[in-house]
Amino acid sequence: MEPTTAHKEHAELAEAFNKDEARVDWHDETLWWVRQKRDKMAWTLPEWEDLRETASQIKFNVLGNLHDYLLEFEKNAQLNGATVHWAADAKEHNEIVLKLLKEQGVQRMVKSKSMLTEECHLNPFLAEHGIEVIDTDLGERIVQLAKEPPSHIVLPCIHKKKEEIGDLFHIHLGTPAGNADPKFLTAAARLHLRKEFIQSRVAITGVNFAVAETGEMVVCTNEGNADMGAHLADVHIACMGIEKIIPQRKHLGVFLRLLARSATGQPITTYSSHFRKPGAGQQLHIVLVDNGRSRQLGREEFRNSLKCIRCGACMNTCPVYRRSGGHSYHNAVAGPIGAILAPNLDMKENADLPFASTLCGSCSNVCPVKINIHEQLYQWRQVIVQEGYTKTSKKASMQMMNMVLSRPTVFKTAGGVGRWVMRHFPGVVNNGMNPWYKQRDMPAAPKESFADWYKKNKTAK
Amino acid sequence: MKVGLFIPCYIDQFYPQVGIATLSLLEKLGCEVVYPQGQTCCGQPMANSGFEHLTGGCNDLFVRNFADFDYIVSPSGSCTLHIKDHLHVHDKEDAATHIRQHIYELSEFLTDVLQVKHLTARFPHKVGIHQSCHGQRGLHLSQMTELVAAPYSKPQQLLQMVEGLELIELSRKDECCGFGGTFCVFEEAVSVKMGKDRIADHEKHGAEYITGNDVSCLMHLEGILKRQQSKVKVLHIAEILNAAF
Repeated sequence: MEPTTAHKEHAELAEAFNKDEARVDWHDETLWWVRQKRDKMAWTLPEWEDLRETASQIKFNVLGNLHDYLLEFEKNAQLNGATVHWAADAKEHNEIVLKLLKEQGVQRMVKSKSMLTEECHLNPFLAEHGIEVIDTDLGERIVQLAKEPPSHIVLPCIHKKKEEIGDLFHIHLGTPAGNADPKFLTAAARLHLRKEFIQSRVAITGVNFAVAETGEMVVCTNEGNADMGAHLADVHIACMGIEKIIPQRKHLGVFLRLLARSATGQPITTYSSHFRKPGAGQQLHIVLVDNGRSRQLGREEFRNSLKCIRCGACMNTCPVYRRSGGHSYHNAVAGPIGAILAPNLDMKENADLPFASTLCGSCSNVCPVKINIHEQLYQWRQVIVQEGYTKTSKKASMQMMNMVLSRPTVFKTAGGVGRWVMRHFPGVVNNGMNPWYKQRDMPAAPKESFADWYKKNKTAK
Repeated sequence: MKVGLFIPCYIDQFYPQVGIATLSLLEKLGCEVVYPQGQTCCGQPMANSGFEHLTGGCNDLFVRNFADFDYIVSPSGSCTLHIKDHLHVHDKEDAATHIRQHIYELSEFLTDVLQVKHLTARFPHKVGIHQSCHGQRGLHLSQMTELVAAPYSKPQQLLQMVEGLELIELSRKDECCGFGGTFCVFEEAVSVKMGKDRIADHEKHGAEYITGNDVSCLMHLEGILKRQQSKVKVLHIAEILNAAF
């Protein structure tokens, strides 16, 4: 039976995105501009490549000793007065958060950016239980108002033009119709979010780095929205994947220098906030989530994907991502890194993603923790085929190709016949059934192959 | 020095002139070149599609054809990289290892092994280099814009020896063209868009020719150029380096 998925595949979604070529150009240019900012920033540090190597090695150590670091972190966080929760999967994570919210009796709360909660689909889960989450990262708030998922982990609404944001704000926040001035819209969002911050008794944040040595967490934002939420609320719930651990505080000197430079081309995020102890009268809860991470840790060829610090540099540089848009990846984390993380979460649903790449390798080169992303894409392709998540037609064509290419006489005959047909009956290949021909001409079919020429001109002598 | 010439399947079938130029160039530079009859393909089309387990036949054939040469040279960065990274044959692993360690893409063979310092070639045209990704990022034929490292380029080094040739600058030095093997048909829309953008960059900077180290990328770009009825042409680097006075 053909594998079927709950959603359309990347190629089909990307084709739809490409119907509006001017928009593709705009999307591509916007992200390329971020990539260039990243390059400029990287070049300000002569030690850039050493920093990447150091970060990669620190994470290598973390992944090899994760069990110890997690327990050390838990112990120190508890000593600091935090409550630590362990969640095996998305369901447990969501239930832990729901229980905490129910204890507080809240029906509405603020959340700063957390790709983990996107991965766990926390917002829809809480909505089912009558609790409304207000995303406070401006980009996330915009896509939330548009009832869309983020299309990029750092720039959630990068697929939206300012005019579309103006329209959304007009409908939802009552700004004047037709006003798309970014400054004005930001000010309107600030007023709207401030009301939410003041009223919210619980704040959820993500975590960028959790320091085992001190039990503290670092949350990086440009808008200060994590701080605003966490400081004003009675209860701060920090949700993190178990791979966010770093051994010591001094290692932040490596990661904080890499993160913002790689992400947006800034020397550092505007706010790199350390959360260590709950304030007087406040509670601090930390939810440590596995959700497939220990499974990925056990897959040797994919283990390094857990080094990811969610900077998004691989998306900005990816020529396919820039021209297909984040939503074509139908996964919380899009782009090259998403394509190597997603098959671990659900191989059948995400079997198409490792193929949404030319394997150009640019992603691995920008990665601040040196994940061999394009090699893992190649490896996932092998695993996906082995596990049987391939269309029968593709399997048959590959077997046919192998039959021809592993037999020189068959290859020679098939090539000769094929070129003869192309010369005499071009319509056999130049038609709508051939995806190559849709927007490209076929190469000319010469009478003589190189092998024919060589035989005639070189071996006769 | 005995050189085995590896002409990838699609070059053999559709671009024999690239094979001829490669052979002629190597012979001009004093190499003893043999083209083993009965070669087909490196196996990459299957492997990159997730079917590496089917490439045993191709690997076996490759080792049989190329085990006895000092060097194996190919006018394709991508196929060379595939062999370097993936050629293994269970009972002939020594031969496979020898091949993996002695296979070169044409331009790196010229700059690194033959250490060519000058060429007698003339090509009075404006030329843009399309850096094919596997040659560049895989074989390190030139520096990559993502890295903070000193610039170099083996293809450029060679093209600069060609009389009359003017290299043009590109806005995006090493953006992928979107060929990507079977990607070009399974992800047709994005593949073509990438190709169109790559061409636009060359056209914007006045290129008359697009050259590169991989005919596969050039075949994809040529398909789009012809459809667009563009005046820009593609030529493999061997054809330019072999261009006679």
